[in-house]
Order: sequence, then C-alpha cells, then structure tokens
Amino acid sequence: MSEGIVYWLQQTLNALQLGSIYALIALGYTMVYGILTMINFAHGDVFMVGAFFCFLAAVYLGLPFVPTLLLTMLGAALLGAMIERLAYKPLRHAPRVSAIITALGVGIFLENFTLALAPYPKNIPALLENVTWDLGGVSLSSLQVIIIFLSLGLMFLLDYVVHRTPVGMAMRAISWDKTFVPLMGVPLDLIISVTFAIGAGLAGAAGTMYALAYPVIDPYMGIMVGWKAFISAVVGGIGNIRGAMIGAFILGGVEIMVTAFFPSTYRDFVAFTLLMLLIVVRPYGILGQPRTQKV
Amino acid sequence: MRKALSLLLFSVLVSLGVAAWGAEKAIKLGVIAELTGDMPAVGASCRNAAEMAVKEVNAAGGLQVGKEKMKVVLVVEDNAGKADQSAAAAQKLITQDEVLAIVGPNASRYAIPAAEIAESSETVLITPWSTAPKTTLDTATNKPKKYVFRACFIDPFQGGVLAKFALGNLKTKKAAVLYDVASDYNKGIAEVFKASYEKQGGKIVAFETYTTNDKDFSAQLTKIKDAKPDVIFLPNYYSEVPLQVQQAKRLGITVPFIGSDSWGSNELLTLGGADLNGYYFSTHYAADNAAPVAKKFITDYEKVYGAKPDDVAALTYDAFGLLFDSLQSAGKADREAIRAALSTLPSYKGVTGDMKFQADSRDPIKSAVILQIKDGKFTYFTNANP
Repeated sequence: MSEGIVYWLQQTLNALQLGSIYALIALGYTMVYGILTMINFAHGDVFMVGAFFCFLAAVYLGLPFVPTLLLTMLGAALLGAMIERLAYKPLRHAPRVSAIITALGVGIFLENFTLALAPYPKNIPALLENVTWDLGGVSLSSLQVIIIFLSLGLMFLLDYVVHRTPVGMAMRAISWDKTFVPLMGVPLDLIISVTFAIGAGLAGAAGTMYALAYPVIDPYMGIMVGWKAFISAVVGGIGNIRGAMIGAFILGGVEIMVTAFFPSTYRDFVAFTLLMLLIVVRPYGILGQPRTQKV
Repeated sequence: MRKALSLLLFSVLVSLGVAAWGAEKAIKLGVIAELTGDMPAVGASCRNAAEMAVKEVNAAGGLQVGKEKMKVVLVVEDNAGKADQSAAAAQKLITQDEVLAIVGPNASRYAIPAAEIAESSETVLITPWSTAPKTTLDTATNKPKKYVFRACFIDPFQGGVLAKFALGNLKTKKAAVLYDVASDYNKGIAEVFKASYEKQGGKIVAFETYTTNDKDFSAQLTKIKDAKPDVIFLPNYYSEVPLQVQQAKRLGITVPFIGSDSWGSNELLTLGGADLNGYYFSTHYAADNAAPVAKKFITDYEKVYGAKPDDVAALTYDAFGLLFDSLQSAGKADREAIRAALSTLPSYKGVTGDMKFQADSRDPIKSAVILQIKDGKFTYFTNANP
C-alpha cells in the first residue's frame, strides 16, 4: 500500500476507536433527554465512576475482563438509577433549571467523592493480552478491535431494545406523552429508572473500555469526555438514539482528521467550528426532528 | 509557704507570658502545593519535604535570628491544581496568615500566577520546581522579578542538555516532540529543545501538540510515526507520559523516548510500569548518586514517608534550606530583609547540589543529571551540562 493510504487508514482506525467511546456515552445523554427533556450533566461523571468500578473489580477482586465489564455495567446502572431516584425524581415537576443545576451538582459531588477516596491517578492493569497486528503498515491492536466491536454490539442491542421490545415501546410512548400514557398502565417511574439505568450501564461499559485503552484514570477524566459526548448527542439530534451514534463518530472523526492533516494545535478550533456550522445548517441535529413547544 | 506559692504563681505567669510572646514571635512560612488536581504526587512530595525541614529546625530549638531563637510555623495551602487558586492561595498566605515567605507552587503553570501576587505584595516566593523562565521574570519589562526565586535550573538550560544528550549520547539525527500546548512548562521546554536540537545539527521531523486532560494521542502519534524519527521527546507530566508511551507502542512505534524533569515522580513508575524501561530523562538530582549532604536527607525522608524522595521533595527541602540560611544571615524576621539576604547568599550546599544566585538573576546556577529508568527504578546515568 502506498504510504498515504496507510496513514489514512491508520487515522480512520483511531477515529473509529474514539468515536465508539463517545457514542456509548452520548447514548446516555440522548436517552434521558428523549424521555424527560432533561440534560443529565452528571452523566460524564457516571462514566468516570464506571472507570473506577472497573479499577476496583480488576485490582481488588482480581477479576478477568468479562466479569469486570459486566460488574462495572451493573454498578454504573445501579448508580444511574439511584441518582435519578434521589436527586432528579423529587424535582420532576420543578422548573427545568432546578433539574439542570441539580445535575451539575451531582456531577461535582461524584468528582469530589471519588477525589476524597482516590486522590492519586490510578493505573488499570492490562486485563487483556494486547496483540498488535501489522497489516501492511497499518497497526491494528486487539484492544482497538474489541472496543470498536463491543461498542457497535452494545449499540445494536440498545437499538433493538428500544425499537423491538415492550420496554422500548414504553420508553418511546413516555417520551411522547407523560400524562396519558401512564393512565394506560405503563409504570412511569419504573420506565424512567430503567432508562437511567441503561444509559448509565452503557457509560459504565464506556468507562471500562476507556480505562483499558487509556489506563490512567483520575476523578476529572469524565468532564471533557462528557462534554464531547454531549456535543455528539446534540450534533446527531438530541433525543434520537441513532443520531447520537452518528454524531459521536462524526466528532471522533473530525477530531482525529483535523490533527492528521492540520497542525495539531488547530484541532479543537477547527473541529468545533465545523460542528457549529453543522448546527447552524441543521439546528435540530442530523437526525433530530423539530418539536412543537406546548405553551 | 505563702511566699513559695506566690513565687510559683509568678513563675507560672511569667512562663505563660513568655510562651505567648514566644508564639507570637514564631516565624510563619507558607507552602502552596498541588495537593489535589492532576498532579497530587508533586504536591504531596512538596508538603512532606516542607514538614520535614521545619520539624528538623524546630527540633534543634528553632532558628537563630539575630539574638533570639525562633520556632518555625508552617501554613500549607492546596492550589487544587488550578492557576486561579494558586494566586488566591498566595494572596491568602500573604494578607491573612501574614507569612514571611512562601515556598511553591511547583508546576510552572501554577507558579507563574502565584509569583505575580508575591511580587506585587513584596513577599519572597521560592518555587522549588518551576523551570519556566517566565516565573522569575517581570511580565512587563522582562527583567528579573525582585521577590521571586527558584531552587532549580531553568528550561533553556535543560532543553540544551537534553538536545545535546539526544544527539551525542543517543546518536540520533531526527527527533519528534509531542507536548501539551496549554501548559507553560511543556510548551517552553519543547520550544527550547527544538531550537537547541536544530542548532546542534539535528532535525525536528514532527512537532505535535495536545491540550491538558487529553487522553487520546493516537492522531498525533500516527503523524509522528509517519515522520520516522530516531527519538521522541515527551516533556509532559508524569500522569500523561505513560499513556503516550503505551499508545505509541500500540501503534507500532519502537524508537526510544526521552523526557524532562516532569518525569521525576515515583508515580511515573507506578502508572507506566515496564513500558518505560530503558528510557532517559533529565532531572535535578539522583537519589542513588547523591552528595554526602543529601544522604542524610534521603535516609530520613525514607524513614518517615517510606519512599525515596523525588526531585520535588529534594528541591523543596533546598528551598527551605535557602530560606533558613537567609533568615539567619538577615538577623531579623522581616520580608525585605529575607529578600536582601537571599539575593546575596554565598554558595549554598543543597541536596540537589551547590547553588548560588547571580547578582542580576533569580535563577541559581547548578547542573543537571540524566537518569535512566531501569527495572522499575530511576538509576543515575550521567551528569550533564550543555
């Protein structure tokens, strides 16, 4: 292969890996927004706590990869559901701003709670034997393959749950109407809890994979990644699950490709200018639908 | 009996009075350390060494300042790894705690704002570890600040040392650099290294950046791999270097890495493990090849804190040594007197080597060492001068 193509392929792989992780987190933002029209700003920190769960399971329980992943997802899902019950549910009928402030507060709480327990950055042991294959100059690591395919798998599973199962149907119904759907026997609180749990569980999975790919974790790691995932969700059309995935791969791709072909100092500047232009052209995001506001 | 009782009462009162008066006359020194945030290991080393230095002086009965023996009281502030909180901590120490002098912060991006406050409030600040030239220079005139000193060498020196090492000892011809463009220290030393490496006949084939808190460096590293360097220079902090090296290896990069004094924390070994084996970095002192003065400090520190002191600990200890010496030679506990004494201090024999401030500069003249990471330990490799 010519060197140009090798370089391009390598950067595409890098973009797919970054995009997959953004996508898993972006799903949590978009699901919660879809159901409650609320932006859960604590979601990036749930992702961070997920990475710490992974650390606990891997180091203190000495578990291998699959149980670590499952335990982390379960732990994060419980955390997400608990946050909803304790912090957001009492505010469901309060003004929108109160819920957003609470979400920011929960995020800061999670950061500082983790900081109090683990002030030092932690190192995640290699749970998987990493093999790097050289495919005609393109380096492909087993970790990259696992991250990309596991993320895609989880996304298709979620897409199936939301569009093909009774729980998913209930979610979609509640996102449509919160007053009359419960009258038809759909348990509102349960479905909302399940939504938070699924979103947080995916963030837990993202935390595990992130911790494997970038094995130094600290309590502030969720902030920037959380923002980027949120931006992905908005670009894709917030509230839309497939949109969030597309948005995440676009953001990951733009970030990597700007660095690849421009001086790396321009990365955020060029990347975010492009995203803003996209929002100007499509204010509701790529797959978003304009919603009529009820007055 | 009554007389004896009143005598006893009198002596109790006197001793209480003396104690109160003594407490009032204690010397208050401030420390600003990165206890939380992205480099807590740096802050912890700084605080540990500061507490040790003060404990030693107090155990010896205090400092002889003029005619009195004075105890030293330490006030430690956390800057939370933030520039604004560093400035706020300096402000608090100077106005609220009324300290005589400040030691810290350590990282240049925190030391620079704190130094501005110290300079404008006319209080001596010694930064143990900030190697960026800007820290001790006046922003407006680019002349040395009056009140800000450091206990370490500066980056133009360190960058030159590293460029010479990469060309001479490692026999490289093409180098790549990956650095944090949002951090004063990383940016400064990356630029000095580039200039110095090119001046000495080498070629910089890739000069890539990222911003603080990035974890994914794959795009930049792919670009670096494409440029085919002989060596990669990572002038970045200890929590980021392991990620950069691991990702580079995953991308199939096999050339060696070199680093600067920001690598010198024991945490680097914990986070990086075997991935860093064999690489070199420049720093302030080598614990396994230290002068006799340093030996006692190293054993004492290991006894109390259970780990070898890193360069931040050694430099903090030296910063306190400098302060104690200048207080004694000043003969009075006064901010201005400390400054005058410090700038005219004859050569000081510290843990990190001999140092002396030149008349027109706040940066001491001292030499650097190159360490190699070998079997999970920092090992002395060579002394270095540009």
